[in-house]
Amino acid sequence: MTSIPDAETPAGEVVLEAIGLTKHFPVRRKLRDLFSRKHDAVHAVDDVNLTLRRGQVTALVGESGSGKSTVARLLSQLYPRTAGDIRLHGESTRVKSGSAFRRYCSTVQMIFQDPFASLNPVHTVRYHLTRSLKIHGHAGKTAEDLENALHALLNRVHLTPPERYLDKFPHELSGGQRQRVAIARALGAEPEALLADEPVSMLDVSIRLGILNLLRDLKERLDLAILYITHDIASARYFADQTLVMYAGRMVEGGDSETVTQSPAHPYTRLLIDSAPDPDRLTVDAEQLTTDRGNGEPPSLIHPPSGCRFHPRCPMAMPRCTTDLPVRLEIGDRPGHWAACWLYDEATVAAQQPGSAAQPATAAEVSK
Amino acid sequence: MSAPVLEIKNLNVGYGLGDQGVRAVRDVNLTLHRGEVLGLAGESGSGKSTLAYGLTRLLAPPGVVTGGQVIYHPAEGEPYDVLGLSDERLRKFRWAETAIVFQGAMNSLNPVHKISVQLTDVLRAHEPKMSETSRLARAREMLKLVGIAADRMDAYPHQLSGGMRQRVMIGMALILQPQVVIMDEPTTALDVVMQRQILGQLIELRERLGFSVIFITHDLSLLVEFSDRIAIMYGGRIVEEAPAAAIYRDALHPYSKGLLGSFPALRGPRRELTGIPGSPPDLKGMPSGCSFHPRCPKAFDPCAGNIPVLGRPGTGDGRTRSVACWLHPTEEPVG
Repeated sequence: MTSIPDAETPAGEVVLEAIGLTKHFPVRRKLRDLFSRKHDAVHAVDDVNLTLRRGQVTALVGESGSGKSTVARLLSQLYPRTAGDIRLHGESTRVKSGSAFRRYCSTVQMIFQDPFASLNPVHTVRYHLTRSLKIHGHAGKTAEDLENALHALLNRVHLTPPERYLDKFPHELSGGQRQRVAIARALGAEPEALLADEPVSMLDVSIRLGILNLLRDLKERLDLAILYITHDIASARYFADQTLVMYAGRMVEGGDSETVTQSPAHPYTRLLIDSAPDPDRLTVDAEQLTTDRGNGEPPSLIHPPSGCRFHPRCPMAMPRCTTDLPVRLEIGDRPGHWAACWLYDEATVAAQQPGSAAQPATAAEVSK
Repeated sequence: MSAPVLEIKNLNVGYGLGDQGVRAVRDVNLTLHRGEVLGLAGESGSGKSTLAYGLTRLLAPPGVVTGGQVIYHPAEGEPYDVLGLSDERLRKFRWAETAIVFQGAMNSLNPVHKISVQLTDVLRAHEPKMSETSRLARAREMLKLVGIAADRMDAYPHQLSGGMRQRVMIGMALILQPQVVIMDEPTTALDVVMQRQILGQLIELRERLGFSVIFITHDLSLLVEFSDRIAIMYGGRIVEEAPAAAIYRDALHPYSKGLLGSFPALRGPRRELTGIPGSPPDLKGMPSGCSFHPRCPKAFDPCAGNIPVLGRPGTGDGRTRSVACWLHPTEEPVG
């Protein structure tokens, strides 16, 4: 597969890089498959390339089941990868457990979706943060050092005054405060990259922005590389520098957040943006919206569609889309904006009418 | 404005009794008109779901309705108070007059029964004289209405996707042609593409069948697009109620403004948003006066001491809206 190097992205050293990252989960074989050579697998993530740079937020947007959380877990080495490579500061890494995993963790930390589940209910804030500081060797030598480090952490996530929060249990804190503690715990390792897997989707709407603004502030002050995983493309526009769109385990579009959200190139991204609630569109105007030929459902990942995985739903599908996997093609409106879609291959569009595969694809679906 | 179909008057709902009790819904006055979509927005703990369960009398103990009236206007006949119905009349009232689509409707289907059984079960209970064939025909018709092929009648819930299960739930709610449908966060668990499809379908069905909808969600931007009027709840009270466009263009209550400012926009200039500082109040230790005042950027003297009443503001479009805020004092309280 040809890939365009992410050129011209402003400053920022590459911290973490995924190249052709792939994860297949084996499906339990049925009895009747026992003697066949059939090995089904869920193609959760296929051939994903992404780069996290110092001081930049990269958003990964997709529906549930598109594999975005799997990418985060692969990057944090919680899952072993099937194929591809993860490079930390340019060096290929594959860790399983033990001290290697711990070393990796001290550079790459994760923030989970649900702060109600990610903090241990029987331990205080102090315990959570002390563990993080001690394990990663930032606790200092004396009790005083530790106390100072704890206060610094809580101040950094705007839980002030720190004394008020240090000895509280998670149930005594609100959702937003808990997520701040989870962020402080991640910062205790002094990481270079943060992987935030839907960090605000479980929180009340009025406090979501507070957490996003905090993460942005931390990114600027500590020069962190942040991967922001979300299903809300509007928040990706608000918070992230780069946006990548994922569909059914594959990257379909990427580029500068503003470009991706304002002039989406891939039909799937257009569908996603048209579907997002938009108060400015006071009348529901069905004509203007991108139509979805499917019933709004992502395909099976055990037997993903041939060619482009979006073709059964795509209003612009061409015969080539059903057979050939699209490569990353430069859109040309802005540097670094690409889409994996044959619509941007001039030769294909000239030879085949966009939307011409509409009938055959539906027929193929029915026969399945 | 068309005739009211449901009038909520001074409704109070609490959990537990005595000193341990909390008041989850306080003095709510709200009117639902025929054929309208009324959005009910608020954060978790604001009492929006409790309100819905209270007015349909679905509240499980320790929840109790401690006061107020819910006047229902049937298509024919005299209006009556839902809270005063006898058990038998309540059974007849439920589903036939008001139906509810629950939060996480995907899990509200019984996993061991086929869709057809679950759909006809409602008919069996409410219209015992109907024959089995006409019941099945009605169920099939309902599935078609919500966009599911009739051959899925014999499917079990696990064979359907989340979006399809949601459609089945909506079809089931509509099967007796109720006047009022209450939807409690019906699309929170779905993706945006599916959400838009289902809501579009719901609006279309409403135009065809003419029922009214109370739509409960925390996603205000969704409500602005899909509902006619919006009521915003905070700390168990309604703080503002107005036509959707009026809320979006010119929200009067600082909480409504804050809530609108909590959603980053997909279009237009990119600007710094702040959300609302602080966190939602605890029902056990509600602040004095206006419950929003500790988080309010515009709080002034009367806010901490006195509870503002919901009333018509003195603005140009004041007749169609109401707000409970000391910034917009009122001479004419609602309810």
